[in-house]
Amino acid sequence: MFGLHYKLERTTIGFALAVIVAASIGGFVEIAPLFTIDETVEKAPDMRVYTPLEIAGRNIYIREGCYACHSQMIRTLRDEVDRYGPYSLAVESQYDHPMLWGSKRTGPDLARLGGKYSDEWHVAHLINPRNVVSVSKMPPYGWLARTTLRIDDLGEHLETLRRVGVPYTDEMIAHASADAYGQARPDSTYAEAVRTRYGEATQIRSFDGRSNEPTEMAALVAYLQILGRLTDVATKSAAQAGE
Amino acid sequence: MISTLTKGERELAIVILGILACVGLAMAAAGRADPLGAHGWLIIALCVPMIFFVIAGYYTPQPAEERLSQYYDDPSKAGIIAAMVWVVFGLFVGDWVAWQLVYPDLTFDAAWSSFGRIRPVHTTSVIFGFGGNALIATSLHVLQRTSRARLPDQLSPWFVLVGYNLFCLIAVTGYLMGVTQSKEYAEPEWYADIWLVIVWVVYFLIYLRTLARRKEPHIYVANWYYMAFILVVAVLHIVNNIAVPVSFGHAKSYSLFSGVQDAMTQWWYGHNAVAFFLTSGFLGMMYYYLPMRAGRPIFSYRMSIISFWGITFMYMWVGSHHLHYTALPQWVQTLGMTFSLMLLVPSWASAGNALLTLNGAWHKVRDDATLRFMMVAAVFYGLTTFEGSFMAIRPVNALSHYTDWTIGHVHAGALGWVALITFGSIYAVVPWLWKREAMYSGRLVELHFWLALSGTIIYVFAMWNSGIIQGLMWRTYNESGTLAYSFLDSLVAMHPYYIARATGGLLFFLGAVVGFYNIWMTIRTAPAAQVSDVRTDIPVPASAGTPALQPGE
Repeated sequence: MFGLHYKLERTTIGFALAVIVAASIGGFVEIAPLFTIDETVEKAPDMRVYTPLEIAGRNIYIREGCYACHSQMIRTLRDEVDRYGPYSLAVESQYDHPMLWGSKRTGPDLARLGGKYSDEWHVAHLINPRNVVSVSKMPPYGWLARTTLRIDDLGEHLETLRRVGVPYTDEMIAHASADAYGQARPDSTYAEAVRTRYGEATQIRSFDGRSNEPTEMAALVAYLQILGRLTDVATKSAAQAGE
Repeated sequence: MISTLTKGERELAIVILGILACVGLAMAAAGRADPLGAHGWLIIALCVPMIFFVIAGYYTPQPAEERLSQYYDDPSKAGIIAAMVWVVFGLFVGDWVAWQLVYPDLTFDAAWSSFGRIRPVHTTSVIFGFGGNALIATSLHVLQRTSRARLPDQLSPWFVLVGYNLFCLIAVTGYLMGVTQSKEYAEPEWYADIWLVIVWVVYFLIYLRTLARRKEPHIYVANWYYMAFILVVAVLHIVNNIAVPVSFGHAKSYSLFSGVQDAMTQWWYGHNAVAFFLTSGFLGMMYYYLPMRAGRPIFSYRMSIISFWGITFMYMWVGSHHLHYTALPQWVQTLGMTFSLMLLVPSWASAGNALLTLNGAWHKVRDDATLRFMMVAAVFYGLTTFEGSFMAIRPVNALSHYTDWTIGHVHAGALGWVALITFGSIYAVVPWLWKREAMYSGRLVELHFWLALSGTIIYVFAMWNSGIIQGLMWRTYNESGTLAYSFLDSLVAMHPYYIARATGGLLFFLGAVVGFYNIWMTIRTAPAAQVSDVRTDIPVPASAGTPALQPGE
């Protein structure tokens, strides 16, 4: 065996190829089947897609690096289920390009944050976390409330997401900018169409408490309020297990 | 610098920089309403002065033919200076971000300075800026010495070095503007990723072309590791960064994978960035500079074969231990845990090989801080790989995951192993490269060693304490069967450890500043009249000079 190696280490190309082969096996065995084994991702027929406003909010969440301190993955451990709610299922992040499971909890898990607090709480908390939670370590994000949200290119964003596998319809893509406006401005003429396109359960509210152009704050709060609520399959399976 | 390039290379440099500047202009035009445009201007602002710089030196005399009988070390020198600049910057940002967890209002209410944006500035600056530049600089130095061959040309190493630093600069300025893919250690967006692939291919070609002209029959162990580092990082980088940009005018892209597949791909990448960037490359460094500095041959050739192939094969399986108890199928978690445990064998074989090499040279470890840097690095490598295998066990991971323990583990490896082996190697190679008798001040090397070691120990102990306390508080139930502590209780309990961590980081940062000053002064002092080994440091076959390190020895 060592004699063989004695020969191998005399040829550059042979050595390089051996490295690639040795290093590729693990990835192939562990990753490729995740795309082909059906049980990897559960079925959730009621699963809806993110609205354009929520996508914009998600992009702000990514831009600000929120994932560095907040996970979105409740593990199958008793204390996590007691603290944060039913454990996360793979299907819940099937439209997450990329996933935001996170790796560190300097702050709490956010996988089931949606609906836990009011919009007003979120706005006050994001402007200065220590106004609502005196011992918080979170940075203040006051400028989000002062920055107008860019919505003119959301159609392109949805189209790109469709290209990587999210089932957006042509209609959703065509009206993305108007839908983002309508979802954050319930009194506007665009609001009703959002509900028809994205379903009855879509939250159409002001989010940032304003009535002019939607701010980045509105988008981020809309995203935080949908976390864990794209499908209720996790809650249902938890309830069944409890029976 | 331009005087070492041939005329053809000077012309090619102008053409490459011109093309790059045009790409920058296209980005600036297409991304007018986007951070992409700012990066376009950044590229123009860097390329145009460089074009003038090359033109200014265009008519200097061409390098003489004698150059071919010498090694080409100018890119290595520049790489070491770049590495030291990045480490001072990256550690400063790291310590700042650590103090933000003590005083969260240290962001000064600006968007660019919040934790989420400057944390990747820290990680990219130290891993890719410091680590990457040090790897490129030392690999080119080691490659020439162990092959007894000069680099194939003068331009391609500069292309790699300058191109790589451009990548780092785009990455770091991008985070400040909010440009990120959110994939940890793979944050740069699609255009930076494509550029890195180009740079990386040229880097590997330098390796192939130099090895093809080597005057030694065998490829030395250090080069196995450097080659594995280059090759596997390329594979990881390409697969994990497959994404579709929103448009050619947008910095933003959407990853091709989603959910559980994306998580697995990301941590397959993430853990092997640790394996092949932060381990394999630096083991290459260790396998050359440690025996050279100690004046002892590597303890065991067979042990280095076993550990090399063990690391190369097994590491690629272990990424899933980052996803224990998540929505990832359990069979993948179990595979990841199993291989993590087996990985301890080749890891300890490497660490043991390094330490046993020092047998017969322990008096040097006592007296020579440079060698002590490398020795302690090998010890930390052994400790960290043991800790890593331990933390990959599912029930242990249940406690440690999501807590500061992970941060402590990472820094035991990053500070204790990666940074210490790099500082040791740099202190060894700087006098050789600049033809000096020794470093400017041996006492400052000593001071740096103790600052770095104490900083690492304070940091790691603080994070062990906070991580384990955090993990225990999260899972403690009271007698009535409900959770005993709120999340905020655990956050408050972290406060003293965050102060300790930031203090340890400060010591480590100060050590790097001392090192920077020492290296700077070494370069500035006049060279020794005749350094003893200069005449032997030339690319001729072994019989004519001191033997190059070879695997069989």
